[in-house]
Amino acid sequence: MKHLRDVAPAPWDAAASLPRGEPGGARVDHLVVLGLVTPGARVLDIGCGDGTLLALLRDRRGVDGRGIELSREGVNACLARGLPVIQGDADTDLENYPDDAFDVVVLSQTIQATRNPRIVLEHLLRIGRQVVISFPNFGHWRVRSELALRGRMPVTALMPEEWYETQNIHYCTIRDFVGLCRTVGARIEKATALDARGRPMRFSMPWWVWNLVGAQGVFLLSLGKDDALGAPTQP
Amino acid sequence: MTMSLDPPTQTRAEAVPTDVPPDVDTKAPNAQGHLAQFGLDEPLAMDAGVALAPFQIAYQTAGTLNADRSNAVLICHALTGDQHFAHTHPVTGKRGWWETLVGPGKPIDTDRYFVVCSNVVGSCMGSTGPASLDPATDRAYGLDFPLVTIRDMVRAQAMLLDRLGIEDLFLCIGGSMGGMQVLQWAALYPERVFAAMPIATGARHSAQNIAFHEVGRQAIMADPAWAEGRYLEAGTRPAKGLGVARMGAHITYLSEPALHRKFGRRFQGGSAPTFSFNADFQIESYLRHQGLSFVERFDANAYLYLTRAMDYFDLAADHGSVLANAFRGTKTRFCVMSFTSDWLFPTADSRAIVHALNAASAAVAFVEVESDKGHDAFLLDEPVMFGAARGFIDAAARARGL
Repeated sequence: MKHLRDVAPAPWDAAASLPRGEPGGARVDHLVVLGLVTPGARVLDIGCGDGTLLALLRDRRGVDGRGIELSREGVNACLARGLPVIQGDADTDLENYPDDAFDVVVLSQTIQATRNPRIVLEHLLRIGRQVVISFPNFGHWRVRSELALRGRMPVTALMPEEWYETQNIHYCTIRDFVGLCRTVGARIEKATALDARGRPMRFSMPWWVWNLVGAQGVFLLSLGKDDALGAPTQP
Repeated sequence: MTMSLDPPTQTRAEAVPTDVPPDVDTKAPNAQGHLAQFGLDEPLAMDAGVALAPFQIAYQTAGTLNADRSNAVLICHALTGDQHFAHTHPVTGKRGWWETLVGPGKPIDTDRYFVVCSNVVGSCMGSTGPASLDPATDRAYGLDFPLVTIRDMVRAQAMLLDRLGIEDLFLCIGGSMGGMQVLQWAALYPERVFAAMPIATGARHSAQNIAFHEVGRQAIMADPAWAEGRYLEAGTRPAKGLGVARMGAHITYLSEPALHRKFGRRFQGGSAPTFSFNADFQIESYLRHQGLSFVERFDANAYLYLTRAMDYFDLAADHGSVLANAFRGTKTRFCVMSFTSDWLFPTADSRAIVHALNAASAAVAFVEVESDKGHDAFLLDEPVMFGAARGFIDAAARARGL
């Protein structure tokens, strides 16, 4: 069995990398993305909702941002903010983007709702030089205890719907996701876990702890070509 | 009523000096609006290989051009549309066809923007077309008029903007055939289009759409009154053929749910069914009315020419069969819009445009509006379309400093 420490770098102290002096109001997980993006970068936000993150990136970083959003309400909200957002679907629309079209591609809380997460992730890595991806962690202790002790599918803040209503069809744990990164040859440049309130874990902790106490995982990936970090380590 | 078939298209265009200051007031000098006349020294270079000269373009405007000349909006009209987007129609007396979208305080705000709409070349509402007088023969062009393309229409519009002193457009917008012109504008003059809104359109006409157009054309040409296209001299009018063409086309502008909601299987009069071929059903009566009222305002040959222009439109074919090449390097910001019940230009057509724009790394927004009104939804009261248009246009205006 492979150990997480073999395939991923040391946990990323995202709390320390948060942009300083940012006025309040912005979601902390958005600020994590903000901390990653260089000024003027080209960013594609897939599942961009009402465009909050894209607007933040544009206003604070001068980012050339684009978005894909499934809901008409979301698209209209984005249009009103002047954001070029297309009504579309991560499962069907990514194949039309050329390679390396963006500096950063963001997929926030969406991969678990796609039909084919592996193909989606491969497209993200192809389209963007870097990929920021976040997802609810099905390995969180609450999830585990719901299943283990109550024998029920969990309903949490990040997974608020009952199993028969949810759009989420491909749950994974942080550890599972690391496995997928290995499979598709993604280099994990940075990784962190956010707590239930979307705040980065304050302390550097072993991976198995994150997989237990992290409500969501946030990963910065790229297509590992010439590096050691994401390449499979032979035991 | 023959008004739309004869003057003013029969008046020969006179050459006018090009240094005349642009006429941009909003008082219409005649029923068809303003006229821009291009003389023998300013021919329209057409795709058919013909230099059309002289020719004239009829147009209407609303709003005021600002000092920077940076607030111009070009509206491109659809197949049977015209320049009277916000003006009473001289033949039908109806209000402007896009007053839902254009006017003071509307998404295309005439208090902020200078809006221009010109009758496309090849049409019959004042711009030169097959019903105009051919200076070479002193009779109407008829089928001697060169085949018109969407690109020819756009070139003529560009000449009109040159005449008006408008270097670049803040916004180019249109639905259906108008949307084709918007795409052609963005491809042909990318530096002259700041923002583009192609609505309910496609980058090429589908085989099904060509098929419907061919049925319409054959209906016109099968009418003996068409007289091989020489009906103006013969003193006849192919009203039956043109009416049938319109009836068939009108079905394609609607949707089954809209037809069902509006007419269902309801009978027209109390005594129906009459056990005859009278218009028993309300839908029959409605279509006959559509056909009849259309022939009052439209020239049959112009209908042949404009349907042909749409059929020939294939923007990818002009760019090495790769649609993205048409938009390579574009700085224009796009907002593409489709309607769920539009089966003439279905959402897939709009998505093909969006995918090409993505592949060209263009700034593109795309909205599919939920509507059961079919293709014609873009002309109707669709609050979701207005909301999206307002958001896109306002944001573009901010980006342009308007």
